[in-house]
Amino acid sequence: MVLKSTEARSPAIFDEMLTSDNGARRPYEAIAEWLATQTRGSIKKKQEEADAIFRRLGITFAVYGEGGSNERLIPFDLIPRVLSAREWRSLERGIEQRVRALNAFLYDIYHRQDIVRAGRIPAHMINQNEAFLPEMVGFDPPRNIYAHIIGTDIVRTGENEFFVLEDNLRTPSGVSYMLENREAMMHLFPELFSAHRVRPVEQYPELLRQTLESVAPANCQSDPTIAVLTPGIYNSAYFEHSFLADQMGVELVQGSDLFIQDGALYMRTTKGKERVDVLYRRVDDAYLDPLSFDPHSMLGVPGLFDLYRAGGVTIVNAPGTGIADDKAIYAYVPDIIEFYTGEKPILNNVPTYRCSLDSERAYVLDHLSELVVKEVHGSGGYGMLIGPAATKRELAEFRKRIEARPGNYIAQPTLALSTCPAATAAGFAPRHVDLRPFVLLGDKIRLTPGGLTRVALKKGSLVVNSSQGGGTKDTWVLED
Amino acid sequence: MLGRTASNLFWMSRYIERAENIARLTEVGYRISMTPDTGSGHREDWKSTLIAAGCLDAFMKRHHTITAEKVQHFLLFDPEHPSSVRCCLETARNNGRAVRTGLTREMWEALNSTWIEFAAIKPGTLDSGKLPDFLDWIRQRSNMFRGALLGTLLRDEGYFFAQLGAFVERADNTARILDVKYYVLLPSHEMIGGGLDVYQWETILRSVSAHTSYRHVYKDSYKPWNVAEFLILRPEMPRSLRFSYDWIERSLNGLKGINPAGEQARRQCAAVLADLQNGSMDAIFQNGLHEFLNQFMQRNNQISASVAAEYHFQ
Repeated sequence: MVLKSTEARSPAIFDEMLTSDNGARRPYEAIAEWLATQTRGSIKKKQEEADAIFRRLGITFAVYGEGGSNERLIPFDLIPRVLSAREWRSLERGIEQRVRALNAFLYDIYHRQDIVRAGRIPAHMINQNEAFLPEMVGFDPPRNIYAHIIGTDIVRTGENEFFVLEDNLRTPSGVSYMLENREAMMHLFPELFSAHRVRPVEQYPELLRQTLESVAPANCQSDPTIAVLTPGIYNSAYFEHSFLADQMGVELVQGSDLFIQDGALYMRTTKGKERVDVLYRRVDDAYLDPLSFDPHSMLGVPGLFDLYRAGGVTIVNAPGTGIADDKAIYAYVPDIIEFYTGEKPILNNVPTYRCSLDSERAYVLDHLSELVVKEVHGSGGYGMLIGPAATKRELAEFRKRIEARPGNYIAQPTLALSTCPAATAAGFAPRHVDLRPFVLLGDKIRLTPGGLTRVALKKGSLVVNSSQGGGTKDTWVLED
Repeated sequence: MLGRTASNLFWMSRYIERAENIARLTEVGYRISMTPDTGSGHREDWKSTLIAAGCLDAFMKRHHTITAEKVQHFLLFDPEHPSSVRCCLETARNNGRAVRTGLTREMWEALNSTWIEFAAIKPGTLDSGKLPDFLDWIRQRSNMFRGALLGTLLRDEGYFFAQLGAFVERADNTARILDVKYYVLLPSHEMIGGGLDVYQWETILRSVSAHTSYRHVYKDSYKPWNVAEFLILRPEMPRSLRFSYDWIERSLNGLKGINPAGEQARRQCAAVLADLQNGSMDAIFQNGLHEFLNQFMQRNNQISASVAAEYHFQ
């Protein structure tokens, strides 16, 4: 039996493979032909093979709230998501512009706060923001870079309509899935790669290493030593931490492996101590240093922050970057781009209503059932209301919450996210997707073509988070 | 290499070796329970198995009586018993997971798939007819892990720490098996020895998979002093104390080429190895087999502790 799209499509939703008359869009022509030759059985078999590959590699993640060390596999969808060279070029320019502007913003708010003086952002939005770190004020990180590793979440609603949904400037994860998904696809479907010219992604770990080396502290005399700091094996992204350390050929350390002595950071090795110059930390700001932040943290290193400020080690990403991906600041990013680059934003923001403002809150409360409401400090799809899918009780509940703490919420229109075909038990069917490209910023900007495509595997669902039933796809950027 | 990494590799290897040894001991216990009653009853044999596995006290704290089902469950599946095969495989995998960067992909896959498949087995569904296959499977997985280690791991520090863990564990295990039945190995015993003793000797050899290789080496029926010599002094027997110490020495010397620490461990190892190279069974019997084995296990533990201290295991 030949596989057919099994579900009717809504004309309001942009499908990345099929045009309105069910022809294939150009980047997907060969994929559509290939799909037509697949059967339910052949896809099922490949899907099982893929699951076995991922399980053996230990690509599992822990789901919070399910207790203990539950390990689950993030579902992998076999049908690749394809972007043309032209589409990617425009995304690339937009992402670069945004990332540079956000770094300039971080430098500014931890120094003169020109953007506040110019009246473009209210002072309290910065200084009273939980994500603002007063300890960073006046400090110059190497090369003045704060966010070295960024995952920019992008959604699409039409042929040329791309929106940035979120800027992740703290410790974005998912890059290991980008790399392993590609490995798995090349293993499962070599014939597809000979029929396409897909830009490679495998250079990412090398680019990451170069980026980290380029921001070594000024007093580092020899080749910088890099280490990846993980909270440990029970962290949901542990696989990624170990994977990246391994791919870069550097040590994967925990707080207990590190100590500070005579103005330097050291790790305990079988030969005694070895200096660490650049720490790629996958531990949140609050847990980095029990002396400066959360005193109960067992995950960090006492004295690390003072050492960082003294120029003895580089912490990547810098502490305090969270202020730039705060959801309350998000609404100002177009202003931020114009302020620091003098250019119009290439990539659009999703229109955002700030519940802290009376007029915007009134609109939100009147249109709750049409909007997506997000907690300003939430992440991972938790603490979120999707108006059109919500029950009356959920709507009433969120109304109360917004009225109680308006500053804690923003709202956005429900976007008609684009769909891509995904393999389902019944055949292939359109499912909503987003995209997280990974950007590296050091001595120069390094952007890996593609990124991680997340897909909401439940029919009609718009939530792509792995904690909420989302899966991933290999993402292809084609050459011209 | 991080001290913690070295520690994890050492213990990962120890736990895989332990899982294999526990499976072997369980298999021997199972075999005994299949044979006609030997007078003292099967309970005594399962008790010996528990002693050889070093967990009789732990077992008795949890259970009042010794039955085949209880012992098998305790040794293989009990999540509360840290040396059950289940816990060994899980701990080994967690150790491996903590040092993924120090393992090859093949080693990780062996650890990971073993744990996943083991965890999927429901203990109740394993009736006694399937037990031998299951125990075989555990040994196969251990062999698979060792094969991956030997075939793919770079000969640097990590390899030597993993080898140290495996052979320290193996030496301990063989010494323990011998000590449980040391009295049937004393030379005087042959005089009184009847069919029952021959059977006990075979059991000991089976516990270390040496019942056929014995005949190749000795070309003779089972003699207690030969059995003891085979497992203590013979360098060609891969589970003997001597063989284990040849490898412990080799690993410590390999480490020395990379890392000058470990002086005390090397000194302690050289002393043990010299005793095994120069010792004779006559002398060992003279001074007491039981005393010899006990002293050996203590020295083996000391070396393990020295390695941990000198290489900063923390």
